[in-house]
Amino acid sequence: MPILNLEAPSRRFVLKASALAGGGLLLSMRLPSLARADGPTDSAAFMPNAFVKIDAAGTVTLIAPHTEVGQGIETAQAMLIGDELDVGLDQIQVQPAPPDIKKYADPLLGDQATGGSTSIRSDWTRLRQAGATARAMLVAVAAKRWAVDPQTCRVERGVIHHDPSNRSLGYGDVAADAATLPVPTDVKLKEAAEFKLIGTSAKRLDTPFKVNGSAVFGIDAKVPGMKFGTLALVPVVGGKLLGMNEAAARKVSGVRDVVRVGDEAVAVIGDHMWAAKQGLEALAPTWSAERHGGVTLQTIVAEMDKASRTQGVIAKKEGDAEASIAKAATKLSAIYELPFLSHSPMEPLNCTLHIQADKAEIWVGTQVPVRAQKAVADAAGLSPDKVTVNNLYMGGAFGRRLDIDSVAIAAKIAAQLQYPVKLVWTREEDLRHDYYRPYYYDRVSAGLDAEGRIVGWTHRVTGSSIMARWAPSAFKNGLDSDAVEGAADTPYEVPATLVDYVRHEPAGVNTGWWRGVGPTHNVFVTESFVDEIASAAGKDAVAYRRSMLGKNPRALAVLNLAAEKSGWGTALPPRCGRGVSVQFAFGSYVSCVIEVEVSTAGEILLRRATVAIDCGLTVNPDTVVAQIEGGLILGLSTAMYNQITLSAGAIDQSNFHDYRAMRINEAPKIAVHQIRNAEKPGGVGETGTAAAAPALGNAIFAATGQRLRKLPFAPGLKGA
Amino acid sequence: MRVPSLFVTFALLTFALPTTASRADTLSDRIADGEYLARAADCVACHTAPGGKPFAGGRAFALPFGVVYSPNITPDAETGIGRYSDDEWVDMLHKGVARDGKHLYPVMPYAEYTLMSREDALALKAYLMSREPVRATAPKNTLGFPFNQRWTMVFWNWFNNPNRRFVADQTKSAAYNRGDYLVNGPGHCGECHTPRTFMFGLKRSKAFAGEVQVGWRAYNLTSDKASGLGNWSDDQLFQYLSTGQAPGRGPASGPMAEAVEHSLSQLKADDVKAIVTYLRGVPALSDGPPAVSPEPAAASPDPLGARLFAQACAGCHLPSGSGRQSPWAALAGSHTAADPEGTNLVQVLTQGSELHTKDGLMFMHAFTGAYTDDELAAIANYTQERFGLKKGSISPAMIAKQRTANPDKPAKPSS
Amino acid sequence: MKTLNINGQFHQVDVPDDMPLLWVIRDVLGMTGTKFGCGIAQCGACTVHVDGEAVRSCLYPVGTLDGKRVVTIEAVGGTPNGAKIQKAWLDREVVQCGYCQSGQIMSATALLDRIAKPTDADIDDAMSGNICRCGTYVRIRDAIHAAAEV
Repeated sequence: MPILNLEAPSRRFVLKASALAGGGLLLSMRLPSLARADGPTDSAAFMPNAFVKIDAAGTVTLIAPHTEVGQGIETAQAMLIGDELDVGLDQIQVQPAPPDIKKYADPLLGDQATGGSTSIRSDWTRLRQAGATARAMLVAVAAKRWAVDPQTCRVERGVIHHDPSNRSLGYGDVAADAATLPVPTDVKLKEAAEFKLIGTSAKRLDTPFKVNGSAVFGIDAKVPGMKFGTLALVPVVGGKLLGMNEAAARKVSGVRDVVRVGDEAVAVIGDHMWAAKQGLEALAPTWSAERHGGVTLQTIVAEMDKASRTQGVIAKKEGDAEASIAKAATKLSAIYELPFLSHSPMEPLNCTLHIQADKAEIWVGTQVPVRAQKAVADAAGLSPDKVTVNNLYMGGAFGRRLDIDSVAIAAKIAAQLQYPVKLVWTREEDLRHDYYRPYYYDRVSAGLDAEGRIVGWTHRVTGSSIMARWAPSAFKNGLDSDAVEGAADTPYEVPATLVDYVRHEPAGVNTGWWRGVGPTHNVFVTESFVDEIASAAGKDAVAYRRSMLGKNPRALAVLNLAAEKSGWGTALPPRCGRGVSVQFAFGSYVSCVIEVEVSTAGEILLRRATVAIDCGLTVNPDTVVAQIEGGLILGLSTAMYNQITLSAGAIDQSNFHDYRAMRINEAPKIAVHQIRNAEKPGGVGETGTAAAAPALGNAIFAATGQRLRKLPFAPGLKGA
Repeated sequence: MRVPSLFVTFALLTFALPTTASRADTLSDRIADGEYLARAADCVACHTAPGGKPFAGGRAFALPFGVVYSPNITPDAETGIGRYSDDEWVDMLHKGVARDGKHLYPVMPYAEYTLMSREDALALKAYLMSREPVRATAPKNTLGFPFNQRWTMVFWNWFNNPNRRFVADQTKSAAYNRGDYLVNGPGHCGECHTPRTFMFGLKRSKAFAGEVQVGWRAYNLTSDKASGLGNWSDDQLFQYLSTGQAPGRGPASGPMAEAVEHSLSQLKADDVKAIVTYLRGVPALSDGPPAVSPEPAAASPDPLGARLFAQACAGCHLPSGSGRQSPWAALAGSHTAADPEGTNLVQVLTQGSELHTKDGLMFMHAFTGAYTDDELAAIANYTQERFGLKKGSISPAMIAKQRTANPDKPAKPSS
Repeated sequence: MKTLNINGQFHQVDVPDDMPLLWVIRDVLGMTGTKFGCGIAQCGACTVHVDGEAVRSCLYPVGTLDGKRVVTIEAVGGTPNGAKIQKAWLDREVVQCGYCQSGQIMSATALLDRIAKPTDADIDDAMSGNICRCGTYVRIRDAIHAAAEV
């Protein structure tokens, strides 16, 4: 069986203290994901449920239902399980769960998937239960051996102690016996006050491997005998392969094979990526555009404008918003537009596969292991249980690895080869064959009474339905709940609201999930428009929002905290301004204040960002802060610079020189303030991204008087 | 009187044969000589469309009066040069009259190729005829009246094409004469580097004083110290011509990068040395933007430019401008950074540039996809201020103009 | 055959001159800590040290190495500043997905090698060529300052 990392096999098996130069840190470790769908088969191990395993040596393994994309979820899951087990975080090994939808589906997503900021919300109870159940059974064995009441035992770092008799047993000593006990169904979970790990800023388990190059990402997989390939995909959706120079490609030194997948793709396989890349250049495939050859961004937007004039499917209706607006003292309406976006995580798409006649194995970082497994099974003509999925670290995803188009095409290539192959997308291929965040074209209108209060509010969302493709069963009656998330459920109290949705699929563009999904789109629209309304009413942007949050104390609290910490209302230098946003999304309340300067050349300079978040019970506060910082930077970067455009049906952008990413010298100072309470845990990973654009747009307005209703901001911003 | 001197030059021509390449007896030798001449004359650069087959033509040349496309010079009988007789071919190269009697537009540098001997011209033909025929018809030229009237070239030729062969100067060394022949004959350097008359002929009084061509500045090649090559060492010149960069002088970009890639880097070292020898003797003219001291400036450059340079440029060029991955990325000391008009600086930022070298492809993408006119102007100004010892002089409007100006964009590497 | 000096060890490789160092390190020598991000020196994920200077290995032709010493993320912890930077990265919990961090650490170490106590402006200059899509910039800056204080 191929192994993952030929250099450091010891890491797979041995828990050990490993000293980094200068660090001297006790490391935890990560195991490769379980080989088979039928799960671990170590008969000696104690495995009372799908998530926890303890072997005779006392080693605790978390089989993690959610996968690490950089959000720190492996650590958080280990904290949940470890706290109830009373083990140290350093005593837990993490193993990504194998594809098994029955055991590892995310209950909020209905799929074995990591996305939508649902992980903590899904795991909060089930992983603690898994840990507590295991602990109860292990303690029961010890108590029985000692003939004492289990209540008189305590556990510390995986050792069960009976203090009155000064006896102790390790988890490993009782694991085998525990495995014979019936699994209790009514274990008591810890009260918040008893938490030892949960609520602490524990060190992440994956960091040590990620600072010394030893972490194995999908792109780093190593399989004996593997070759390296890269590919060119059809540039225009639905196009055909017209020709290629196979002889020239094969002449390139180090090239082994040229593989064609219908009209979808051609790949060149070689001894290393350079040979494959040079070979692909020599192959010089040419393609036709077929029916999408006339598509440009302008034709798509024109179609969306037309569609947005038609009645949509109602997402929310309270009162008669249209009639209220018709009678209102002041009427406002606007069109907001959000561009197609690429994910562009730092790790380009890749997949390593070995497809044989009767079985297949893949090494990939995926947010959806079951779907990945099925994609390979379909391409190889195997049943899914014959496909082993090794789920490796992901170098970012932002939603990209919720789709398995890359795994499917890789499998169609690998199925034609007799040896294992690592397929790596060039950045250009990755960027030009994304499942893009949809273009949204939103019409909003509002009516105000004489005091400037909103009497009616309408919001029509026009855009692609990702749900209809990705989870068709969740797309009901023409309504995509994601497309209107953050529009149909604003935090504000408004007497009459109408939110509707017009599904419009852009010709020749694939659309997919992007960090922040619905809220990243809708919070921008609603929070920008509320700002316009406040301005039209002659009110301060924070005060105006407060006036609509009387019945929403948690939203009001984050707004007040962000306003206070940002120095809202205090004087700023010329050409500077502050903008605010408030949101309730992913089960968390967030308010963000961005302070900008807009230079005379029209350059946006981010001075600082202040974020207040109430995400309820918090597993790892430092991870929350990190996610807000990072999410905000991605959101700001995108809002300032990013849009995917098309000419003649093909994507114009290709790499970071024309699809810009924020750099360290543009990043603002960020202060994150958490409101800690005992409310249900909310999602965090995507909240910062959703908060960024509206706060920034409002700040630009405050600084310049320019109201920018179209993202990205930079091209629309005029200098002085 | 001109007659005696003409007589003398004829005598000298026969005497000075070593300046020509072809003394070959066999066909294969002639083809080899022709191939070398084709490189020296850089036929492929103009006669290949971006991404197209070599010598199959179709490359667009945007002239002030319209667009001219280069013809197919593969041996295809219908669309190429397959039916040319030797005499027709020589006439074409020497007089600018094609086989069908049509006058060529002087985009084709026959005013230089006329210096080539009949032997060299036929060696060139032998080489081209030895290649695979490609069926390809170039797009129709889009010239407005009166420039679409080819016969008017007759008058142009009276003034601009002397229809004469190369004459060696007996007072100069063989290397000088060889360089003279390569530079003024097949190399047709003056086509870009010599200013034009009102008739778009070469202004001989301003030979190699520099000129802007197809949006790029071809720098002053005279021995002037301030604006020309006077301060370049022989080694720098030799290295620049043969590799496309020289320490402290920056890289070649745009059309010069093409000339290096397809032509100069393929020449024998002795021929490049001969070119250096010749260029050393070009009389100084002080025209054009000043060359620069290779020391980086210590001024406080454009802050926006500084910020953007650190993000998008320093990865290859290094904060010091000394180049990181390769010497082709060195900026400090380049004429481009010193030019107050910033012609080539604007061009590389808006059009990109690439140069195939023995160390692989050296390239720069156009940065217009994600950077605004203001931002690119700031980068250009920073570059001038930091590496050219000049106050930045690039306006956003200059960027805006070039953003859309060039219809013949270089192909993007790996995209 | 070429002889490369990588992390103090000599490796014999049979690869073309124009092959970028990145692919030699990753695909021929199997050291995968150095990452592929863009291939055009825009993102910095592939940063290694060549004779102590941070370079983008994705565009560094292996034929021009000419016996120069290469240090990668796998060995940078063996240098005093590399160790300091790695420790600061751990202490400040800089990392998110971690993919860009090899390059970030190589750039940061080269910065400390050059400037013992870098200012914010020094950090901007040295680190702006390294993209992090997770947005760890705030912590990278803190961690470099912290490492410089050790």
